[in-house]
Amino acid sequence: MMKYFRTHILVCVDPECLSKGAHDILDSLNDELVATGLIDEVQVLETSRIGACSQGPEMMVYPEGVHYAGMSVDDIPYLVEEHFLKGRIAKKFILPIKSTKDEELSAPTAKEIRVVLRNCGEIDPENIEEYIARDGYMALAKVITEMSQDDVINEIKKSGIRGRGGAGFPTHLKWKFTQREQSDIRYVICNADEGDPGAFMNRRVLESDPHSVIEGMIIAAYAIGASQGYVYCRAEYPIAVKTLNIAIQQAKNLGLLGENIMGSDFSFELEVRMGAGAFVCGEETALMNSIEGKRGEPRPRPPFPAVRGLWKKPTNINNVETYANVPQIILKGADWFASMGTEKSKGTKTFAMAGDINHTGLIEVPMGITLREIIFDIGNGIRDNKEFKAIQTGGPMGGCLPKQYLDLPVDYESLIQAGSMMGSGGMIVMDEDTCMVDIARFFMEFTQEESCGKCTPCRVGTKRILDILERICAGHGRQGDIEQLEMLCSEIKQDSLCGLGQGAPNPVESTLKHFRDEYEAHILEKRCPAKVCKALIRYQIIENTCTGCTVCARNCPVNAISGERHQPHFIDPDTCIRCGICVQVCNFNAIEIV
Amino acid sequence: MTSKNGKDRLIIKAVDSAIDHFGENREELIPILNHVNRTLGYLPSEALEEISNRLKSSRSQLFSVASFYHMLSTKPRGKHVIQFCESAPCHVVGGREVWQTLKETVNLEEDETSPDGKWSLITTSCLGLCGVGPVIVIDDDAYGNVTPEQIKDILAKYSD
Repeated sequence: MMKYFRTHILVCVDPECLSKGAHDILDSLNDELVATGLIDEVQVLETSRIGACSQGPEMMVYPEGVHYAGMSVDDIPYLVEEHFLKGRIAKKFILPIKSTKDEELSAPTAKEIRVVLRNCGEIDPENIEEYIARDGYMALAKVITEMSQDDVINEIKKSGIRGRGGAGFPTHLKWKFTQREQSDIRYVICNADEGDPGAFMNRRVLESDPHSVIEGMIIAAYAIGASQGYVYCRAEYPIAVKTLNIAIQQAKNLGLLGENIMGSDFSFELEVRMGAGAFVCGEETALMNSIEGKRGEPRPRPPFPAVRGLWKKPTNINNVETYANVPQIILKGADWFASMGTEKSKGTKTFAMAGDINHTGLIEVPMGITLREIIFDIGNGIRDNKEFKAIQTGGPMGGCLPKQYLDLPVDYESLIQAGSMMGSGGMIVMDEDTCMVDIARFFMEFTQEESCGKCTPCRVGTKRILDILERICAGHGRQGDIEQLEMLCSEIKQDSLCGLGQGAPNPVESTLKHFRDEYEAHILEKRCPAKVCKALIRYQIIENTCTGCTVCARNCPVNAISGERHQPHFIDPDTCIRCGICVQVCNFNAIEIV
Repeated sequence: MTSKNGKDRLIIKAVDSAIDHFGENREELIPILNHVNRTLGYLPSEALEEISNRLKSSRSQLFSVASFYHMLSTKPRGKHVIQFCESAPCHVVGGREVWQTLKETVNLEEDETSPDGKWSLITTSCLGLCGVGPVIVIDDDAYGNVTPEQIKDILAKYSD
């Protein structure tokens, strides 16, 4: 029987709280509860971010729903006595409701729908019973007792769900192709190698609701007739790996994984495989090489994984979010799922919002919502009242979209037509102070470094593009650079082996298309309009505003500033290293960037 | 002489424990390498040789795998490894300044280890902590919302 606790304390163990002593708080709480004899009545649990880590350590107390923060180990005896013994809320450490905010996942706004994220932050991910209490494994039971393999695939087909990893391939087709291959063994793989910078939707699902992914995988395995599965999770996500392993063990203990699942003759084993830090392993064929213990280099396709995948056997590979949707589709029905979204892109999509936006963090929205709604209604607009300049979608292989695309509906086709893509769901919002050439250079640096080197167009081509972009940012742009960039982009796109190379030129192509004037300013006028590229800017003191207080001169690390007290100062541009410290320390806004 | 034997023993022990844990199987190569890398801080050539004997796999193959993944290092690393997230979301919220300060404070460039063997400075791909960028990770501790001013205090926690 489940143990009953009258009170639950959830202590945040996110990195920021840990650095503020969350572990000591946990130890002290347990000690104090033992000492007061309350340990069988009050349960102490670890949880991820509650939302006030900046004031941490922090904890939530249920059923009261009280949010405490900012206590030290010395305060714990008082807190335990007041609240858990005497039942009086300790006002001293209470946080007003309005300041509680999960920095990753706040309460859904009117425009959001939570399907994939429905359990995140609501249940204890390390306790399978909490998942089951929220209809967990009901879909699996339905599949095993009522549905044939084809029934499941047809339901998935009717729902219209497409791959959430970014490419948007219809999920039922992948399943069907794998199922119909003649083979003694088939595999299912979950691609949890969420490597796109700025994308952390999958991490959150794995850490907060691992069973939804596991259940989805078991259903997929049932539908295609697989007996072995792997979750390939990147090594940068140690907590996700840990949570998954706990969840798998718990599912095994209940007979939901392993031999004769739920007493049927269907058996399925699941294992977690960890990457070792290689972005390209998110590409499905590279990922399979990595599971096999090889270099994570992509294989030519065809043959596709459904035909010849892991260890040359038919393999179905889907993304975390795709699997997490599956139990809901089975349980609530394909029609329910298909009622959300657009004609060709059904359901919801999670996005991780980052950059110069007021509300960063995770959102889940119906497909077809506009970028404007996402940025301004859900994300609450641009930070510091600045102008919106561009939004980067689709990760490092995606593109940057300017203002005129704000009303673009977010679905697979529209984004591709606009020169970007859905990708796995990272969105980086940029304000007017962002230099688009610098951003293109930045992404190219990333892809160039992550190129596995197997095929020449990607290995050499991305390096050439990066060389040109670095030259432009350093103030050595030449006539003809833009044309050469365009030529390289189209060649790399056509001739690369895998999605990494084929998508690598996107950030350059999209910024060339939408922000060509910025490239021209860099190349022809040797000017960086956003005043970011250091070689193209100069700091200078406004003579009339400068009071000659000498603060800038005293703080300049290279002694580039000279001038008498009470007289306007002067910055020597040849000595100046453009560190910007003078601007930060000047009390009179007397230094401008030109 | 003794210290060399001592080192060899440590290496054999690390390899043994990894192979015990994951099995003497070529398919388990990456978990094994990860494990040894974690135990010893890097993959010394003696370790690769031992693994190659045990898994009956050529050293060139092993080296090709070991050199492919960022998290595996064939060079010795410092006692504390500082990882800096160099991804775009951290970049746009002030990561560049943090990186600059970090480099100056430990007096290292990317991929370098300090002469006293205390620090290694490396960059990492996105850690998925983008909501609290800029992020640095020292050993297993992640720090979010890092500002250049905090670097000194954070590093001071690793005083040993």
